[in-house]
Amino acid sequence: MANLDSRIPPGPLADKWRKHKADIKLVNPANKRKYEVIVVGAGLAGSSAASSLADMGYKVKSIVFHDSPRRAHSIAAQGGINAAKNYQNDGDSVHRLFYDTIKGGDYRAREANVHRLAEVSVNIIDQCVAQGVPFAREYGGLLANRSFGGAQVSRTFYARGQTGQQLLLGAYSALSRTVGQGLVELVTQHEMVDLVVVNGHAKGVITRDLVTGQLHRHAADAVILATGGYGNVFNLSTYARGSNTTAIWRAYKRGACFGNPCYTQIHPTCIPVSGDYQSKLTLMSESLRNDGRIWVPKRPEDCGKDPNAIPDEDRDYFLERIYPSFGNLAPRDVSSRAAKRMCDEGRGVGETGLGVYLDFSHAIKRLGEAGVRERYGNLFDIYHEITNENAYRTPMRIYPAVHYTMGGLWVDYNLMSNVPGLFVLGEANFSDHGANRLGASALMQGLADGYFVIPYTIGDYLAGQKSGSRPSTDAPEFRQAEDNVAAQVARLLGAKGREPVNHYHRRLGQLMWTHCGMARTRAGLEQAIQEIGALREEFWRNVSVPGSAGSLNQALERAGRVGDFIELGELMCRDALTREESCGGHFREEHQYPDGECKRDDTNFGHVAAWEFQGEGKVPLRNVEPLNYEAVKMSVRSYK
Amino acid sequence: MVASTSSKLISVTLRVWRQDGPAVPGRFVEYKAANLNPNMSLLEMLDVVNDDLERRGEDPIAFAHDCREGICGTCSLMIDGKPHGPHRGVASCQTYMRSFEDGAVITLEPFRARPFPVQKDLICDRSAFDRIQQAGGFITARAGSACEANSIPVPKGAADLAMDAAQCIGCGACVAACKNSSAMLFVAAKVSHLGLLPQGQAERDRRVLGMVQTMDESGFGNCSNQYECSAACPKLISHDFIARMNRDYLAASVRSAFQAASQAAGGGA
Repeated sequence: MANLDSRIPPGPLADKWRKHKADIKLVNPANKRKYEVIVVGAGLAGSSAASSLADMGYKVKSIVFHDSPRRAHSIAAQGGINAAKNYQNDGDSVHRLFYDTIKGGDYRAREANVHRLAEVSVNIIDQCVAQGVPFAREYGGLLANRSFGGAQVSRTFYARGQTGQQLLLGAYSALSRTVGQGLVELVTQHEMVDLVVVNGHAKGVITRDLVTGQLHRHAADAVILATGGYGNVFNLSTYARGSNTTAIWRAYKRGACFGNPCYTQIHPTCIPVSGDYQSKLTLMSESLRNDGRIWVPKRPEDCGKDPNAIPDEDRDYFLERIYPSFGNLAPRDVSSRAAKRMCDEGRGVGETGLGVYLDFSHAIKRLGEAGVRERYGNLFDIYHEITNENAYRTPMRIYPAVHYTMGGLWVDYNLMSNVPGLFVLGEANFSDHGANRLGASALMQGLADGYFVIPYTIGDYLAGQKSGSRPSTDAPEFRQAEDNVAAQVARLLGAKGREPVNHYHRRLGQLMWTHCGMARTRAGLEQAIQEIGALREEFWRNVSVPGSAGSLNQALERAGRVGDFIELGELMCRDALTREESCGGHFREEHQYPDGECKRDDTNFGHVAAWEFQGEGKVPLRNVEPLNYEAVKMSVRSYK
Repeated sequence: MVASTSSKLISVTLRVWRQDGPAVPGRFVEYKAANLNPNMSLLEMLDVVNDDLERRGEDPIAFAHDCREGICGTCSLMIDGKPHGPHRGVASCQTYMRSFEDGAVITLEPFRARPFPVQKDLICDRSAFDRIQQAGGFITARAGSACEANSIPVPKGAADLAMDAAQCIGCGACVAACKNSSAMLFVAAKVSHLGLLPQGQAERDRRVLGMVQTMDESGFGNCSNQYECSAACPKLISHDFIARMNRDYLAASVRSAFQAASQAAGGGA
């Protein structure tokens, strides 16, 4: 049984973080340089953490599998970042951002974590502006805002449709500065392939140099994983092709609990699948829902018609109809399921029937084509590149796609996992979004964790570790971990089977999308667990990984990651199966209201499920952390 | 998943640069790719070719890619001699097979420039760009020390122009397109982005001097005003920024030559 002490500070919600910062232990400035911290991953969370810790005086090693930290997938976030600045004078506040996020997460996140996130959101904007992030501005020179789903205020800051890029380049510039100053050692093209645990504490990692194939041992006083989400378990997703679960999965197999693995976000506005060769799905930013209207034909027989030939009265603007107070800005899980229901009713559009229209004709009448182009021009360009269609003339076709994973390694209030010394930040942890994430909150969380949480909380752990006590890389634990990785690599290369890695990734993705996607059932999940077990067996026996261990070998990289995805897929299905309720992104068909909305069971499932590895081939242990709501009443989430 | 049926399938011949490592000579190898849906991306076509190679136990074609939506800057192909292929304003990953005729021969090479040595096949090492950034591509602002965001008004025009420059994805197409392997568009974009903003003024001179010096030391050539860089840039970043950087560089050089520097600079109390 893992020790799941959330370490939520006592006292009133609004005072917890301030009080905690005053109470936790500090490392004195002269001693900081004696501690080395490894940061794996350099997206928003990793880059901001590495540069901030280096600025404080810690010795930092930043490890990324990309050729440059600037490639991390935070770069692809389009729409924006939330902050409770209330610059629009429309009633926003820290409490309202906290409340919207808790409600948006369908009452499955920790109150204390979310409140802290809302508190530091305002500091993030200050920090990013100081770094030169070119946010959109009004003519008076002050910052502009727009609206995002699940909120009735305008609190989203943005840089055209490339907010993630600009925020990441800001964090990357801070990381680059600290690398240039010699405060951070940057290790690129190295993939973390194991966590090293010594006397129960995380004290290092094993990496594989992706250019030479060599395995390396890295020792540290603490390890931070900021390695992103695991949505590529579905094969097709809006993630970058390289995004993977390997770092957190291997940490899980070293004892770190995996929190709520089944909580997956399916984003409503993505470009539909066009063929079985497809390697990824492209998101159309949620910001488009500010001005675009989503509809399907009222009659199934109209679905094949030219959309411009269907008059308004024959269109069903279904989000506006079902959720009049939020309309097209209903939260992502709610909007995605509504789109699926329309398609299930036979009213989907496009060749596959798996699509709905996102229509800008009203916005163009109101703002002019130039006005729409100024707000969303790059998104319309992306749509045109992919589909060869002009969305200024004919409505976009969109369909939900896997976009984000709310689950991740379990962490306490200090963002430390149940393995002491192992911290987990950003999308890689489970902590702030509950069962559904609101738009423009991922960027906020990544930077909150890296700039404003870990700099305080890591000291609380390190102060208890004697400086200079980090183990040597000759310790048996390092040797054992390296041998373990080498054996796995040899096994993949030695299989010499008949099918490429992608074949297995596609099959896994289809199983997951069918049984553990937008709608889940007991029977489907039980079947998926069986089939994934068989797929796993076949993969290790029949995969074909050419080439050698000692060279740049992309097939080998993919094979290691897909092997981990297969195991994770099984855990996700197990989690979805045991969570006998519907909440946020987790929708069990057995648990719904007559109108198709989620039916939660707060009595039996108002908790975090944190899965603990029990050994190969053994059923993992389901630990539980109860969620205590003190400030907010758990209620039925309504956007009607 | 349903395969698209409306488009006529095409077949192409690929001439692909294969090179085992930086120290060994490379060569072109031909591959056939048949029955391709024209809505497939060029990289998806490479996935299909690689799946076939792997099925036969042969080494797949190594190529750099990640986001596959034109923003991460990882993909870096010379497609028929052009960085990122035939279309303006897109990255390699945003090139679709409908851009090619049925029966076409497509030549794929890595970006070629001395500061970008080939690692394997179509992958080259662009870490020189990171080193240039480390030499000054930032505004020093430690977490926790920033002032209230709206206390620094930025005229919309300056913010918009800074954003135009800041869009650079760091792919290196500008270098690959330039006969001198110049990185001036890349460096100018960062120098301009930060130099256009009030927050970037304190380090403006240091930044341009440091970045240009590292650029020169990394072996990139000079600009001879042909503007192939802008034409090849997937974000269509304007070569006007190069002129802006040159002005900044000149002014910073003059100022650094004549400005008195405190003898105690860097010292503490």
